[in-house]
Amino acid sequence: MSWKTVDTTGWGRAHCTSGEVARPERALQLKRLLATAPVPAFGMRRSYGDAALTSDARSLDMTRLDRVLSFDDTSGVVHVEAGLPIGDLGRMFAAKGWIPPVMPGTGFATIGGCIANDVHGKNHHVVGSFGQHVTEITLIQGDKTRVITPKDAGIFQATVGGLGQTGVIASAKIQMAPCKGDLMVLTERRIDNLDEFFVAFDDSSADYTVGWIDATAKGANLGRGVLEESEITSGVNPGSGKSKSVPFNAPRWALSAPIVRLFNEMYFRRVPASGRTSVKPITDPFFPLDAIHNWNRLYGKNGFNQFQCVVPLEATNCLRIMLERISASGLASPLAVLKKMGAGRAGYMSFPMEGYTLAVDFPNRGSAEYLVRELTDLAREAGGRIYFAKDGLAQAKQIAGMYPEQKAWQQEVAKADPERAMETDLVRRLQLRGAPAAPKFPETSLSAKDQGESA
Amino acid sequence: MSKASQNETWIILGATSSMARAFARDVAARGATLLVCGRDMDDLASTAQDCLARGAKMAEPCAFDARDTSSFAPIIERATSEDGVINCAVFVGSMPTQDAIDAEPDLINGTVQDNFTGPATFLQMLAPELESRGSGTVVGVGSVAGDRGRIGNYVYGSAKSGFATYLSGLRNRLTRAGGHVVTVKPGFVDTAMTWDVEGMFLVAAPEKVASDIMKAVTKKKNVIYTPFFWRYIMLIIRHIPEFIFKKMSI
Repeated sequence: MSWKTVDTTGWGRAHCTSGEVARPERALQLKRLLATAPVPAFGMRRSYGDAALTSDARSLDMTRLDRVLSFDDTSGVVHVEAGLPIGDLGRMFAAKGWIPPVMPGTGFATIGGCIANDVHGKNHHVVGSFGQHVTEITLIQGDKTRVITPKDAGIFQATVGGLGQTGVIASAKIQMAPCKGDLMVLTERRIDNLDEFFVAFDDSSADYTVGWIDATAKGANLGRGVLEESEITSGVNPGSGKSKSVPFNAPRWALSAPIVRLFNEMYFRRVPASGRTSVKPITDPFFPLDAIHNWNRLYGKNGFNQFQCVVPLEATNCLRIMLERISASGLASPLAVLKKMGAGRAGYMSFPMEGYTLAVDFPNRGSAEYLVRELTDLAREAGGRIYFAKDGLAQAKQIAGMYPEQKAWQQEVAKADPERAMETDLVRRLQLRGAPAAPKFPETSLSAKDQGESA
Repeated sequence: MSKASQNETWIILGATSSMARAFARDVAARGATLLVCGRDMDDLASTAQDCLARGAKMAEPCAFDARDTSSFAPIIERATSEDGVINCAVFVGSMPTQDAIDAEPDLINGTVQDNFTGPATFLQMLAPELESRGSGTVVGVGSVAGDRGRIGNYVYGSAKSGFATYLSGLRNRLTRAGGHVVTVKPGFVDTAMTWDVEGMFLVAAPEKVASDIMKAVTKKKNVIYTPFFWRYIMLIIRHIPEFIFKKMSI
């Protein structure tokens, strides 16, 4: 099995790195590679920042290990290799009457990535996080292969949401959910301001809810947007299945403030004042952006950063302040999302907590970086936290205390990977496993940051 | 993906390769029966399960080694126990570097067995069954490297060239019995074989090659290049006069 130097980027393309990568195609090759030397693994690299990047070490591309290994059609438990994109799993099983219980915003995320980031979906308030539906993980730690289940307290919680630090996830068993059909009934209605959003989330009884926010709106319109509620139903899928692609990097003005304001105004008005209901193929509401391949090119060659935080339910004022700062900055893109989360989480370092989560994209420019850091501080002060799958800009000191179980995670990870062979750029930048022991990577957080800026 | 109009069985030789896997998935989506053949039985078992999840009527792993002809008959027997149309897709191959062969000329034998004589022997054993059923498609995956011998990999190229000539003859034979042969000449494909090969360009995904092959099977094409533009690249390369070509290193 051979290595080659590959240039890799996070999905936001603000971070890029170069390193030696091997891409095993068979389980045996994966085992052999890791037995020689444990290295971090990555999947489709849909994490926005540097969670899936490793600058000065080797890493493994898991995308060719993407098969279904078994399926029990009475229990609905499916065993899959870690490199399988979750959207493929959804498409394969919807017709058989089963669906992944949790799906993140992109179907391109792999199962390994869904576990390592303990992802959530638009139904988080109903079913919890992805890791809560994982019944077994096959973990490769160097020359040892371990099969762990939720009963293996400690290592399981350290692995789910654990950013790949406990070992390489080779395969996993997922408890699928019975599914009524392969269509979604989607109801959209306008929400005029932030307070109305909070009420709308409380009143909603839908399984899947998400709010699109016009992050350019100010004053009385602050926090206006569109609430999308959807439910699965049966019927015949009319799906066209056609996808489009963004062929080249968009110019800088494409996402300039006036254009974004105009777009957002149109997007808001697109939904009639009285609201509307439509029926769509199941993947559409789940993965709205997947229909456009390489949509990250819309941000131009410099890429973008996404800020995503969750703050406690009572911290509504914090959200208001955040939105005020964002709209005043003129930096927001059309992609801004608000959602009410439940308490469900499966790992020590899992992102979800009961509260409101806000996600906003910003083009990769100097001023956006300061804004994101400011928002990160606001989230921490409100008792909230940021999402590592999205982050590329935070500093180690900014995240202190955000994850109350970080100590427990560090202890498990230290046992699982004492040599720190699995550290990724994100883990080093945020010193998630503690400050580096020896001067092995003396300027880690600095160099990672520089890369983000210069890229 | 269109459903198979009747019972069909596909023998996939060399099913641990990424191209074969992608093709097996397309075949599975048609609701066919699959015999996935190769050496790594654990891996083949995984691929068989994956095919079942993707709609295959049945999928079984079978032991196949291009250098061991005794592994051939059990697969053919297993296939003939199925009703309907029997098809076979050959993805077997190996590509030692030319440097390795220069250092150890004996490697030529294995290269020729993997890319040419092994699969050809298998197809020769299968051919009478296809003739007696009056149906069946054979897909043989060659390479653009077989179109002209080049300094970089002429042993691999000549084995693929031999296989392509064999397929041409087999097409001539099976056509009159109602069968069909598709010769596939992929350009650079993003597989394990090419992962660390330098100087690759216009690299195609295995899924793209697989879907081109399936289209060629449906439309009963004879020889396809995939992606299509390799037909024109090779047209030019084949027409470079030998007195110039012999001095080139491409």
